[in-house]
Amino acid sequence: MIEIDICKRLHGASGEMDLEVKLEIKQGAFVALAGESGSGKTTLLRILAGLETVDSGVIRVGDKKWLDAGSKRGINLPPQKRKIGFVFQDYALFPNMSVLGNLLYVRKDKKFAQKLLELVGLSQLQDRLPAALSGGQKQRVSLARAMMGRPEILLLDEPLSALNPELRAKLQQDILSLHEAFGTTTVMVSHDPSEMYRLASRVVVLNHGKVVRNGAAKEVLLHTSGSQKFSFEGELLEIYKVDVLNVGVVSIGNQLVEVVLDSSEASQLRPGDIVSLGTKAFAPLVSKARKKRMKL
Amino acid sequence: MSIDFEPFVISFKLAGITTALLFFISLPLSWYLSQTRSKLKPVIEAVTALPIVLPPTVLGFYILYALSYNSPVGAFFEEQLGIKLVFTFTGLVIASCFYSLPFMVQPLQAGFESVSKNMIEASYISGKGKMQTLFRVVLPNIKPSVMTAIIVTFAHTVGEFGVVLMVGGSMPGETKVASVAIYEFVEIMDYKAAHIYSAIMVVISFLVLLSVYIFNYKHKNRVFGGAK
Repeated sequence: MIEIDICKRLHGASGEMDLEVKLEIKQGAFVALAGESGSGKTTLLRILAGLETVDSGVIRVGDKKWLDAGSKRGINLPPQKRKIGFVFQDYALFPNMSVLGNLLYVRKDKKFAQKLLELVGLSQLQDRLPAALSGGQKQRVSLARAMMGRPEILLLDEPLSALNPELRAKLQQDILSLHEAFGTTTVMVSHDPSEMYRLASRVVVLNHGKVVRNGAAKEVLLHTSGSQKFSFEGELLEIYKVDVLNVGVVSIGNQLVEVVLDSSEASQLRPGDIVSLGTKAFAPLVSKARKKRMKL
Repeated sequence: MSIDFEPFVISFKLAGITTALLFFISLPLSWYLSQTRSKLKPVIEAVTALPIVLPPTVLGFYILYALSYNSPVGAFFEEQLGIKLVFTFTGLVIASCFYSLPFMVQPLQAGFESVSKNMIEASYISGKGKMQTLFRVVLPNIKPSVMTAIIVTFAHTVGEFGVVLMVGGSMPGETKVASVAIYEFVEIMDYKAAHIYSAIMVVISFLVLLSVYIFNYKHKNRVFGGAK
């Protein structure tokens, strides 16, 4: 069991805010941290890693205390002493070392390093320098490097947001297989609902430094309420009039749709609003699209 | 006419020792400056940069005073350790360290600041302390900055004149460096010797700078080029 109960005053772009988080995470769980940018997700991850200090609080992992800012002597294990793996959004590989060298820097265990590289499909590239790898390959090296110290907690800070959708799906599989193969507890910051749904058993949503939702991925991520059959969130781009009708253009994911608005709806909404688009009456037609995903 | 190479030997010996000393003095200082968020940072930076803007005579005058028997420092060295600092090679090395300090600190600091914070943190998370991170991750990735710092410091020390003249005088075989020798040739109107000495200085300086630029150009292509 991992217990987190911390408090830190943040001086962010949107003024001052208190990050106050109380969480319990089961050993071996896969937790996704979601929330708007500036809500404190990354800071929480960095506090777990020991890269950032707190004003008060406790972090207990199993029966060991990693942090106890309240007690008299005060405990705050440095990152070197916490058993963690960390995957940065920008990979943070060491450019002067080969792929294998990056892994061996953590621990001199060539066998284990090669096993990890095999798991992420990079055995062939072990002698290359990071500069000669693609983005997806770099992130896989970084993932393998994070597992090198056999961490108790694997921390991922938006690991896939710099990659294109197809690569993302592949890497999600890699993350999941490493998580399962080593039974680590994994905490991942993410913006992508499908990614969280696929990987995480639990989703925690932060808003202005506080936990606003915390539950099973399905509960938190599926946005239907009441008798709605399905609903989407999107951004209203434009409202225009056709004869007596008001038509709204809404951007959902990578697609634009037009919907008819009645005059009371139209008067309340403005372009730029985030709207929820749902329907009750129809059974939607689902058919296989020709392309798996639209690339922009 | 035979050329006396001794002033060149002294120049390069002085530059070599100064550069080696300054490298180890500047490593912790520039690392600290690159990482700190202290309010003292601009003050320390300004002090370190002073030798660039001060006339060498001002710097030379203060160092001459500090090292002389009239100051506590100079008196201590002479009475307790029996080392005379003024008009000696040892004194020249100390003076050169002050004079060339910014040329070592500034490129190193810029190099340290260019290293991504995440990379340093990744090393900490890999279980490595500050020293290992510095020598195995940070320095190997800022080789061009390290090269620039070392070579420019060396070249700058070879080229110093004012401070050397004030602190070292011109003792043949002890403190008479190439730049001072040229000055004296001109004073006694021996233009031929001045020409030869000056030409040698120009050629050496050019070769030194050329090698820095070639090294940096190659390093950039090797580490940051290749497939994206």
